Amino acid sequence: MVIASRNTVHAVFFLILDFISVGCLFIMIGAEFLGMIMLIVYVGAVAVLFLFVVMMLNVAEQKQSWFRDKKKSTHIPVGLIVSIIILAEVLVVVGGWQYKPDFIKTDALIIDGNLTNTHMLGNVLYTQYIHLFQVAGVILLLAMIGAIILTYTKREGVKTQSYFTQISRERKTSISLEKAEFNKGVKVDD
Amino acid sequence: MISVELGHYLALGGVIFLLGVVGIFLNRKNVIVILMSVELILLSVNINLVAFSIYSNDITGQIFTLFILTVAAAEAAIGLAIIVSYYRNKGSIRVQEINEMKG
Repeated sequence: MVIASRNTVHAVFFLILDFISVGCLFIMIGAEFLGMIMLIVYVGAVAVLFLFVVMMLNVAEQKQSWFRDKKKSTHIPVGLIVSIIILAEVLVVVGGWQYKPDFIKTDALIIDGNLTNTHMLGNVLYTQYIHLFQVAGVILLLAMIGAIILTYTKREGVKTQSYFTQISRERKTSISLEKAEFNKGVKVDD
Repeated sequence: MISVELGHYLALGGVIFLLGVVGIFLNRKNVIVILMSVELILLSVNINLVAFSIYSNDITGQIFTLFILTVAAAEAAIGLAIIVSYYRNKGSIRVQEINEMKG
């Protein structure tokens, strides 16, 4: 439905449905933290971001004209060939489908039934994978900076602060002591 | 009641992965659908990792899933920013009209 619906907004809604379903699956299988992260981050942020961009770019209105014109499309045969290749690979994999019913238990990082899922993730993430965790933070920072730079446009006629003028003000140039005469006041020139 | 085994999760991951790949290749609409297909592919990878992590009793798969989620979120943000700036320049994000790099 995500890839087949004609309206892009409906596609985004089905994507949200997909994320919610997978989040529920994660919670049911025992990975509660990842399930909640899936719900919060994906449904709350990423899918809403998609929806925002779809609405902002106004692509939903253009869907009528998109399907009317029949240009000759040259990418359909290539797509079919690649799809057939991938289908063949999947058939090969499913044909030789066997996995061990009992896995080899790893000696490290056993899931402990006494701790909660979040507790275990934190125990491992902040000790053993701390560098990867910080690299992930840097990646998010880069994504934020990149998104701001890509979509930032300088507009004319917008009043902004000029920092250097503000900072370089001094006492001599901005404050003066005047003697106020009686019944006249002080003339202020600005 | 059938019990949900590891194979069911792997089958679900495979189906979602194939849907994502088909969505990339058989796309006639806009670039946003391609980005959503990429999200679907990453989601299927996450399903596989979490299923193996639970059934093999090892927490590392969930750590990897966390990092994949991070990278997927960053990728979605950057991709959408690129799409917005492209739409500002060209006025359209149809896949068939993106041919500036054709030689």
